[in-house]
Amino acid sequence: MAGGTGGGEAITMVSHDAHAHAAPQGFIRKWVFSLDHKVIGIQYFFLALVAVFTGMFLSLLMRIHLVWPNAHLPIFGDIKPETYLSLLTMHGTIMVFFVLTTAPQGGFGNYFLPIQIGAPDMAFPVLNMLSFWTTFLGFVVLVAAFFVTGGAPLHGWTGYAPLSALQSAGPGEGLGADLWIISIAIFCIGALMGALNFITTTLDMRAKGMTLMRMPLTCWAWFITAILGLLAFGVLLSAGILLLMDRNLGTSFFVPLGTVNGILTGHKGGSPLLWQHLFWFFGHPEVYIAILPAMGLCSQLLSVFSRKPIFGYKAMVYAIMAIGFLGFMVWGHHMFMSGMSPYSAFAFSIMTMGIGVPSAIKTFNWLGTLWRGRIRFSSPMLFAIGFVSLFVVGGISGPFLAQPVLDIYLHETYFVIAHFHLIMGVASIFGIFAATYYWFPKMFGRMMNEPLAKTHFWFTFVGAYLIFMPMHYYGMAGGLRRYSQGTEVAWINTLAPIQKFISIAAFITIASQFIFLFNLFWSMFKGEKAVDNPWEATTLEWTTATPPPHDNFGGITPVVYNGPYEYSVPGAPKDFVMQTDAQVGAKKH
Amino acid sequence: MASFSTTATLDEPQVSRGNEGGSPPFFGGGDDGRSRPGVPDYRTRLRRARLGLLVALTPVLMLFVSFTSAYVVRQGLPTLDPGTNQLVRDWIPVKLPALLLVNTVVLLVSSVGMELARRQTKLTVVAATAKPSQTVPVNAEGKTPWLAMTIALGLLFLFGQWMAWKQLAASGFYVATTPSSSFVYLLTGAHAVHLMGGVVALLVAGVFALLHRSVATRSIVVDVAGWYWHFMAALWVYILLLLEFAR
Repeated sequence: MAGGTGGGEAITMVSHDAHAHAAPQGFIRKWVFSLDHKVIGIQYFFLALVAVFTGMFLSLLMRIHLVWPNAHLPIFGDIKPETYLSLLTMHGTIMVFFVLTTAPQGGFGNYFLPIQIGAPDMAFPVLNMLSFWTTFLGFVVLVAAFFVTGGAPLHGWTGYAPLSALQSAGPGEGLGADLWIISIAIFCIGALMGALNFITTTLDMRAKGMTLMRMPLTCWAWFITAILGLLAFGVLLSAGILLLMDRNLGTSFFVPLGTVNGILTGHKGGSPLLWQHLFWFFGHPEVYIAILPAMGLCSQLLSVFSRKPIFGYKAMVYAIMAIGFLGFMVWGHHMFMSGMSPYSAFAFSIMTMGIGVPSAIKTFNWLGTLWRGRIRFSSPMLFAIGFVSLFVVGGISGPFLAQPVLDIYLHETYFVIAHFHLIMGVASIFGIFAATYYWFPKMFGRMMNEPLAKTHFWFTFVGAYLIFMPMHYYGMAGGLRRYSQGTEVAWINTLAPIQKFISIAAFITIASQFIFLFNLFWSMFKGEKAVDNPWEATTLEWTTATPPPHDNFGGITPVVYNGPYEYSVPGAPKDFVMQTDAQVGAKKH
Repeated sequence: MASFSTTATLDEPQVSRGNEGGSPPFFGGGDDGRSRPGVPDYRTRLRRARLGLLVALTPVLMLFVSFTSAYVVRQGLPTLDPGTNQLVRDWIPVKLPALLLVNTVVLLVSSVGMELARRQTKLTVVAATAKPSQTVPVNAEGKTPWLAMTIALGLLFLFGQWMAWKQLAASGFYVATTPSSSFVYLLTGAHAVHLMGGVVALLVAGVFALLHRSVATRSIVVDVAGWYWHFMAALWVYILLLLEFAR
């Protein structure tokens, strides 16, 4: 067997002749226009890395401006209110699409889904390559909005019409907004190609013995996430097309009769709420597109590093499905402010709170997995535990916002910012960090520096709470979001010390991310050489060489006999049983 | 009529006569025992391609469901008349050009041609399997007329749609004239773009034939393009009914 098992177990393999496509030789085909899912996964990862530091830089500028609104920044200059709104828009768009959607699914999903199910590659490698380069193009087009006349758009990442639908609505709403919409449309197409590959690969390319209920929870999460993307991105694409038509062809899908600066726009009869319905039909599932892969991964890590089977594997699978399903039923809770019928609001409210049930099942099972486990506090585990903590704390404010009466008060405040940053942003980012520390040895053949990783964890974990817990209070006290300055409003001005505290915490947390960056690149070249299975885990990626060969398993195809979380099995020679271990599998059955 | 004339080589000897016309198993992964290691065989590739198509059609469907939803909502919205300060409807029903009916017939006939092409290509795979030399003519005449006919009718349909647009414009209905005309252009345009994708896929299959590429590969392309084409035909009928009966 290629590469050994790391666990030393007997592995049953079936030899095969050749990979579906030959290993590329030249640099361009090997590293640029590669068909290899592993290379494409790494490309996605680095795209997300560039995007996250870009988005973080924008948030840094915003935090500086909120505390020192009149500061003249070197190189950047003054931040005007419209500049602030552009920063806000681009920060949100970059982070949601090109980080939270790109890294967990496009990056780690691409790299590890085929290996974890025992496949030599994705079902459609050419489509996979196109998917990455389409996404890359989308990012380039988005960033280009900064450099056109009028600058980047200021309508927020949600692109609410009519602000987003009228070129004359403000600076940045001209070419910049067109580029924003085109970028999102390009991204949708890339994401759909990716989703197509994930679903087909999962259904059609699993190795012998890899039944659906033997798949690692990571694979389940990627699979359900792909389905969500498949159903959601088409709707966003349609909304984007209608918006482009309103902006450039004079149609009135979203724009009602009205004036801009006292001049009639020429539109009439359109509905801004139509945009909101279409957008949020995508927008709420997008939350789960961002966080489900992190849930799957953290389930995996809690089991690996507790040396226990995951508590309630099937319940976890069904909970992922339930969350994905319910995610499509609740988009209206983003629109309680729109004046919707109280009956509709009630229905959306009940459905939203219903998501608490599968979420609670998952949390209970995570804690059940940790309970009496022999926990190894390695850096991936720290981030996985951190994820659970952030998920619970960020999620607990969800039922508050799910109630229309409370939401109407809190909706325009920083309470909402704190809520979704904790649960959708930071929790998902913790999943990405956990995945990086966990799979880095397999991807790059070396270990990341553990003391640096733990330092990074504590700075980020404590920093996240220091930023977002006071932000809840700031919102409840009436601190309004989207305002570039609060100094002119008396009651907001009294809350200024909180903003200052949040900003300082943000500066320190952002600075600590360079520890991660340094560790990442330093470890690629100088890190300790990794063995094939450094974490003593059971899933298929740890049965192959490090890094895996072109066809993943060195000319052989694994045969699976066991579930993915066979830890501390009574009678087994070690405290973990690889999925491919035939002897233990035979004994059990 | 133009036709593709060629011979085909078979690089997938696993196809058997017993498989002709039969649907391959839908899911191949996991514990079903049917999947084989190594380079996937014809059946596996066909099944995978069909599954991929089914998945790919989902967002296309969602796109048009979304447009339909917008259509229904927008149709019911009033607007304020600044002259009278009263709420009025700005939805003026568009009388569809009769040419759209002719185009519909063209597309449906092309769908029949597509089905014949799909079945013919499949039979060719079977015939190729039976030949020990693994090099066989595509059919008795060495031609694949149905594929060429489908492409020609597809292009004719697109040309007809363009002419229908011109007729609409000539009657005073431009994209922004009224929301109903906006939707007519939107739905017909979005459908046309998707159909162009089908034409490109068929042209690829034709080029494969001219380049003497594997008949199995060509068969898979034609099969998947065929199902896509049928979907496009059904989608067009739905769009036409929506525009005509929900005016």
